[in-house]
Amino acid sequence: MSTPDTTESAGAADPARADSAAATDSAVAANPGGTGPGDADRSRQKASAQRRPGQRRIGKVLLGLLAWLTGLLFVSPLLWMLLTSLHAETDASTNPPSFFAPLTLESYSNFFGGSSGASPWPYLINSAVAAIVSTLIVLALSTMAAYSLAIRRIKRWSDVLFFLLSTKMLPMVAGLLPVYLVAQMFGILDTWLLLIIIYSAMNMPIAVWMMRSFLAEVPIEVLEAAELDGARLPRVFMKILLPLTAPGLAATALICFIFSWNELLFANVLTSTAAATAPVFLTSFVTSQGLFLSQVCAASLIISVPVLVAGIAAQDKLVQGLSMGAVK
Amino acid sequence: MKQKITGRAVTAAAIGVVGALTLAGCGGAGGSSSGGGNEEVNVLMVNNPQMQDLQKLTADHFTNDTGITVNYTVLPENEVRAKIGQEFSAQAGNYDVASMSNYEVPTYAENGWLTSMNDGVVDAEGFNQDDILEPMAESMTYQDQIYGEPFYGEGSFLMYRKDIFEKAGVTMPDNPTWDEVADLAEEVDGAEKGTKGICLRGLPGWGEMFAPLTTVVNTFGGTWFDENWDAQVDSKEFKEATNFYVDLIKDHGESGAPQAGYTECLTNLQQGNVAMWYDSTAATGTLEADDSPVKGKIGYVAAPVKETKSSSWLYTWAWGIQAAGKNQDAAKQFVAWASSQDYEETVAEELGWQHVPAGKRASTYENPEYQKAAAPFYKQTEEAIESADPKNPGVQPRPTLGVQFVTIPEFASLATGISEDISSAIAGRTTVDKALEQGQKEAEKVGDKYKE
Repeated sequence: MSTPDTTESAGAADPARADSAAATDSAVAANPGGTGPGDADRSRQKASAQRRPGQRRIGKVLLGLLAWLTGLLFVSPLLWMLLTSLHAETDASTNPPSFFAPLTLESYSNFFGGSSGASPWPYLINSAVAAIVSTLIVLALSTMAAYSLAIRRIKRWSDVLFFLLSTKMLPMVAGLLPVYLVAQMFGILDTWLLLIIIYSAMNMPIAVWMMRSFLAEVPIEVLEAAELDGARLPRVFMKILLPLTAPGLAATALICFIFSWNELLFANVLTSTAAATAPVFLTSFVTSQGLFLSQVCAASLIISVPVLVAGIAAQDKLVQGLSMGAVK
Repeated sequence: MKQKITGRAVTAAAIGVVGALTLAGCGGAGGSSSGGGNEEVNVLMVNNPQMQDLQKLTADHFTNDTGITVNYTVLPENEVRAKIGQEFSAQAGNYDVASMSNYEVPTYAENGWLTSMNDGVVDAEGFNQDDILEPMAESMTYQDQIYGEPFYGEGSFLMYRKDIFEKAGVTMPDNPTWDEVADLAEEVDGAEKGTKGICLRGLPGWGEMFAPLTTVVNTFGGTWFDENWDAQVDSKEFKEATNFYVDLIKDHGESGAPQAGYTECLTNLQQGNVAMWYDSTAATGTLEADDSPVKGKIGYVAAPVKETKSSSWLYTWAWGIQAAGKNQDAAKQFVAWASSQDYEETVAEELGWQHVPAGKRASTYENPEYQKAAAPFYKQTEEAIESADPKNPGVQPRPTLGVQFVTIPEFASLATGISEDISSAIAGRTTVDKALEQGQKEAEKVGDKYKE
């Protein structure tokens, strides 16, 4: 009698897990203290234990169904994009939609230069360089900053944190013109360097906040023990702090990578022919004279692939990062 | 020992980051890094089908002959406008050539942002400037210098479904008046199940709704500004024209009109949701394409009129060369190639006559092969463009150039603002008169800037 129950709930857990990547950030931000999910689970279990078994089973089935429905709801735009990208342009733009139109890979071949001869590779390379290098820089700097804000706290550390947060309160677009003019003066418009600087600066506050909350979870006694054994700061970092906060690092890296990979506003304005990124290339499929839905869907899907891969690769670490209390 | 390894790892990581940054200083993966001493041109252009063809043909037919590499950036219309505005006003010099319309060229020329075409393009071998249709050239001339060379051009005309008209037992005159069109719209409305009378743009935007609407205002005897820059938006004629336009949409127009722009109307006509459409001559490329469901079923007649003889608009995507661009000579060679008759013939050979970026040269319309390929519409298209008069499109003298727009930088936001209210009027949330009275105040502010 209990067997179908387990399969049901195991199945239901899957779509929820796929969404957990997106939820990591907000969950961490909302819950820096580390209490919460565990307690709620326990009280729920207590409550359900008091009900009769039959009721409990129906409840579980309903919950599983709800989880599936929610999962489907969240995935449906993506599936719709996939279907549209596999239709011909004329089928993709009909109203009402034609679900069963013949499938074709034409839009994908267009993405790789089939219709215009423009290769997507320079754009993808530019995106990869800007996103990866800026993520590395952010990780290196934010971990050190977080150390001085969480472990060896500097004076007025909370003011520093709020200063960092306050830099995110200025809408990005307000900084656009000054950045453009300064970059033009320095002659670095349309270079990797500029994108890397911008993306590093853009992600730094979030990364410091995230890494601070992860480092704050590391028991101070472990560090003291290492220091007693004669380990100096670089070694403490490499051997103790980084391994202990690996899930946190992974979550932070992924967030930074996604934000820089997807950034459009600055990339669109600050680059032209040499350093334009994939999202800029994506907009070039939109046209005001003619049909483009299928092409844009295909291009969006391909451009999302690296993010998906990164997310899946870091999935285990991300789930750990989500429940960072485990370090205790 | 272990300490050393960590130390080395940190050093290696640091070197890696520094190395990456140094590399980054070189620029990016696209364009200029592949230059290698050869000449090149950076081109920023709108993503229209004709531009996609150009991109495809460049390597074989331009770079091969001249050794000049062309790096394209293509963006949708609104984005490209914003980017061109930013690039040219800052004279940033990242791009040598940009696609711009006859709305921008005179203003940009006046601001000194463009290089004159007279030396290097107009006199280029085989370019033949006299072949360019007169209204086109005129709309991009500033102080007797030509600053823009058209890539393709368009006017506006009325398209209708011949088969639906036949079934309904009505005929379309060759030179209809707007009153006749309104009557016809009533008669064919519902002639087939789900078919509305006419499609007219209702989507806000100076280049969306106000393109056709301003031509209606012109032919009803209205204008945005009189020759002394006095705003005329709340004049009797402007109100009458706008009310006519809005009522026609409300009574016999497409469904979802407040969100319907060029693309939506094109789809509506293609899928048989409307029997008529007043819009750009450029639509023929899609309507008469081989895979179009309405190929051969569309009739084309001149833009409807009331007080004036003709009422077509005049629009062109043209090339402008940035004054601060670093590759002036190569840029001129590119323009002289892309706007040439030779290029049109190359397109015809490689892709077929229906792909030719037409609407700019008289010779295109004299070519028997083009006449054959574009039989249903070539005459009407040429007449539409030839009949447009950018200096004098209405019944009264105008302060500056422009048929369906006023060639001042403030027009875009002025007209877009008013069009939002008119779009609301189509949806029934306000009235046309209220929208225009409000618009008059904005227009007066703009006009006052130019009174001297």
